[in-house]
Amino acid sequence: MKNSLLFVLLISFSIQLSAQKKNKKVDFEVKGNCGMCKERIEETAIKLKGVKYASWDIPSKKLTLIINENKCTPLDVKRAIANVGHDTDKATAKAEVYDKLPPCCKYRDPNSLLMDHGGKH
Amino acid sequence: MVITKLDNFQSIFLAFLRISILVFFLFHNTVMNSQLQIKGVVMGIENQEKEILLSNVNVFWLGSTIGTVTNEQGQFSIPYQTEFKKLVVQYIGYRTDTIYANRPNLGIIRLRNNTELEEVVVRKKVNPLQKSLFDVQNVVTVNSREMLKAACCNLSESFETNPSVDVNISDAITGAKQIQMLGLNSPYLLFTQENMPSIRGASQIYGLSFVPGSWIESIQITKGAGNVLNGFESISGQINTELVKPFTDKRFFLNLYANNFERYEFNTRYNHIISEKWATGLYLHGNLRNGEIDRNTDSFLDTPLANQVNVMNRWQYLDTEKGWVGFLNLQFLDDEKQTGQVLFNPSTDRFTSNAWGSEVNTQRLDVSGKVGYVFPELPYQSIGFQAAYSDHKQDSYYGLNEYDILHRSFYSNAIFNSILGSTQHKFKTGVSFTYDVFDENVNGGDLQRTDNSLGTFFEYTYDSLEKLSLVAGLRLDHGNRLSTFITPRLHMRYSLWDKASLRGSVGKGKRAANIFSENQQLFASARQINIIDNGGSIYGLNPEVAWNFGAGFVQKLYVWNRTMELSLDFYRTSFQNQVIIDWENPREISFYNLIGKSYANSFQFDFNYEIVQNLDLRATYKNYDVMIDYLSERLQKPLQPEHRVFLNLNYETLKKSEGAQWRIDFTFNWLGKQRIPSTELNPIEFRFSDFSPSFSILNFQVTRVFSNQFEVYLGGENITNYTQNIPILGSDDPFGSFFDSTLSFAPVLEATYYLGLRYKINTD
Repeated sequence: MKNSLLFVLLISFSIQLSAQKKNKKVDFEVKGNCGMCKERIEETAIKLKGVKYASWDIPSKKLTLIINENKCTPLDVKRAIANVGHDTDKATAKAEVYDKLPPCCKYRDPNSLLMDHGGKH
Repeated sequence: MVITKLDNFQSIFLAFLRISILVFFLFHNTVMNSQLQIKGVVMGIENQEKEILLSNVNVFWLGSTIGTVTNEQGQFSIPYQTEFKKLVVQYIGYRTDTIYANRPNLGIIRLRNNTELEEVVVRKKVNPLQKSLFDVQNVVTVNSREMLKAACCNLSESFETNPSVDVNISDAITGAKQIQMLGLNSPYLLFTQENMPSIRGASQIYGLSFVPGSWIESIQITKGAGNVLNGFESISGQINTELVKPFTDKRFFLNLYANNFERYEFNTRYNHIISEKWATGLYLHGNLRNGEIDRNTDSFLDTPLANQVNVMNRWQYLDTEKGWVGFLNLQFLDDEKQTGQVLFNPSTDRFTSNAWGSEVNTQRLDVSGKVGYVFPELPYQSIGFQAAYSDHKQDSYYGLNEYDILHRSFYSNAIFNSILGSTQHKFKTGVSFTYDVFDENVNGGDLQRTDNSLGTFFEYTYDSLEKLSLVAGLRLDHGNRLSTFITPRLHMRYSLWDKASLRGSVGKGKRAANIFSENQQLFASARQINIIDNGGSIYGLNPEVAWNFGAGFVQKLYVWNRTMELSLDFYRTSFQNQVIIDWENPREISFYNLIGKSYANSFQFDFNYEIVQNLDLRATYKNYDVMIDYLSERLQKPLQPEHRVFLNLNYETLKKSEGAQWRIDFTFNWLGKQRIPSTELNPIEFRFSDFSPSFSILNFQVTRVFSNQFEVYLGGENITNYTQNIPILGSDDPFGSFFDSTLSFAPVLEATYYLGLRYKINTD
């Protein structure tokens, strides 16, 4: 009994190791400014089915994802992010969505960067 | 008659109406700020020190074209605009600054020269006492800046500016400070140092004074049930201390302290980064209390004579590429205390009735290590292992009572962290093992025992990223004296609306009470020890088991662009079994298991607000209802005020370019009356009244920061000189049957004034 349980555990572990597509690391640029953008981008990404991990770096604007390729693609993520206002190479946010972003997140306006003055912004 | 009455009423009504209109207009005006002008002066900093007034500087509302320029005196004035919040200050050759226009006079705005190579660090002032809105657990984080507000010197003194933890004096002889939370004494708290259980067993009473304040990077105070990772012992909460780390700490630090009662402290830290992966730190603490102080002239020292040497060597390993992190700590401590009558001389009077005296000598060795591995391709997955060994030896006597304890302890814990599907669902699981060997000598009676426990735990964390987050944990442990049992813990947080959250927690805890080491003050009395043995596994007593329930609400607001924080919380600890410490007979101290009910309800209301720029107020009201069924009757827990008020005012001037600053801090504590254990059986001259008077304690500290390297601080504790009239019963006959130093409800020591300095060199 104990042995067979151990065996099943081992098998499942090795399956996880061999199926590399389940933990595919991808990264791409997402336009944005501040801490609020970071929250919005990461939240949108992580809620998609198949996205296991999402982290957006403010200085480099790079979004790092770990996804299960059987369940979603990077394009799915880009589309979802554009739907909340952030541009990527493959998907651009609609003007009406972008316009609703708070002033400090309006990355298309170079002046908005001046607002990045410490704190959560 | 009737008419005049009506007239009166009418005139009052009219007056009221006028006032309300006036108030309305005033209010309306202040809210609209139609004519309000925002003023300020712009200065430029050249070569890091010289400041000059800048004229023709552009000042405009961010996101608009509405603006002005400064005059020759560097002054500007701009009409307040409700739709804009931030002003941009721009001048050629200088760095542009953007500031919050949250008050009519912005004072001096300093622009930095563009040619300065030094990076401008935009600092947002972080509240040194952080009550998180987002943490699932009710955690208050105390950072090193907050620690600087308290006088000094060690962990037991680090909570004086913090309302979540109550600091009490355990007795009139040893001067040891007792920490309480939720109306329960420190044994019900779990102390951890970098997440490894630290102050427990033999070090329960004095251990807090064995952690030098200057080694502490931050403290996390969790109220209520803790998490399951650190074991099953926490009942009322958990206090974790993070020490400074060789890679991130300053290269060199020196602190000297002295007070008017001849207490001297010396702290130094030296850190060396050996390579990209290795760094080491050597930390040294020494203190000496040399003053024979007896201000209340009861022939007993008001504060012990003491000296301590405390050394730590830390090694830190960091390999970010491969994902390995590690720590190795070695610590050695030697602490000696002498107290009792001023005339007492240990070499001639020890174990005699020439004079009453006491010595407590402790040697402690701590070795601990941690290894962690973060999977480089899976940042959310990691494995950690930690182990600690300590050897604690205390030899002591209190008058004719002898008490020695040797406690050797081993702890180890392995944790695996990962996710279920996505980082919205995280889990931690692992095993832990504890092995404790106790060897005690209580007045010649030898008590030996070995406790061990092996357990496994699983903790699940869910974060909806919006409203709800929760942490649910479960442990299964088997202990040789605690049998097999499960420990559930649950924490939830729910965001109600903007900047408001609701928290709830439930948890169970279980522990073995080390009745002698936790209540050592009993030896400094003529009380007879009485244990009502019921065949239990620890001193004939059964382990303590309790449930803790808590609920809290936090609301943060912006009132006039300054943060206001309101929080309310309520906790109830309900004991299923407890080791009752019964002081109600003045000739005895009895230990027995609970028959009936024992509970502690605590209610706390906090209000924090920045009154004017850089002047912060913290106000807290606490109510405790702690009832215990003694064998005789149900009574309120003794020496526990039912009401407490805490006020803290902190003012800081703006930092100059080199870091120069003034910091001023006031703390006021008011303690309501406390029930004193019954002294009715004593002759009239050896009796206390049933309740202590209420009293207040005032502390202050002023810090002058000269530069980022050097600062000096001056402070006072208990400056209104409140002390207990008779701290020791029967002090004129310490070998008689009415001698008792355990009924301590107020400070023994009069106003203390201290002076200290800090010098540091930062790693570039």
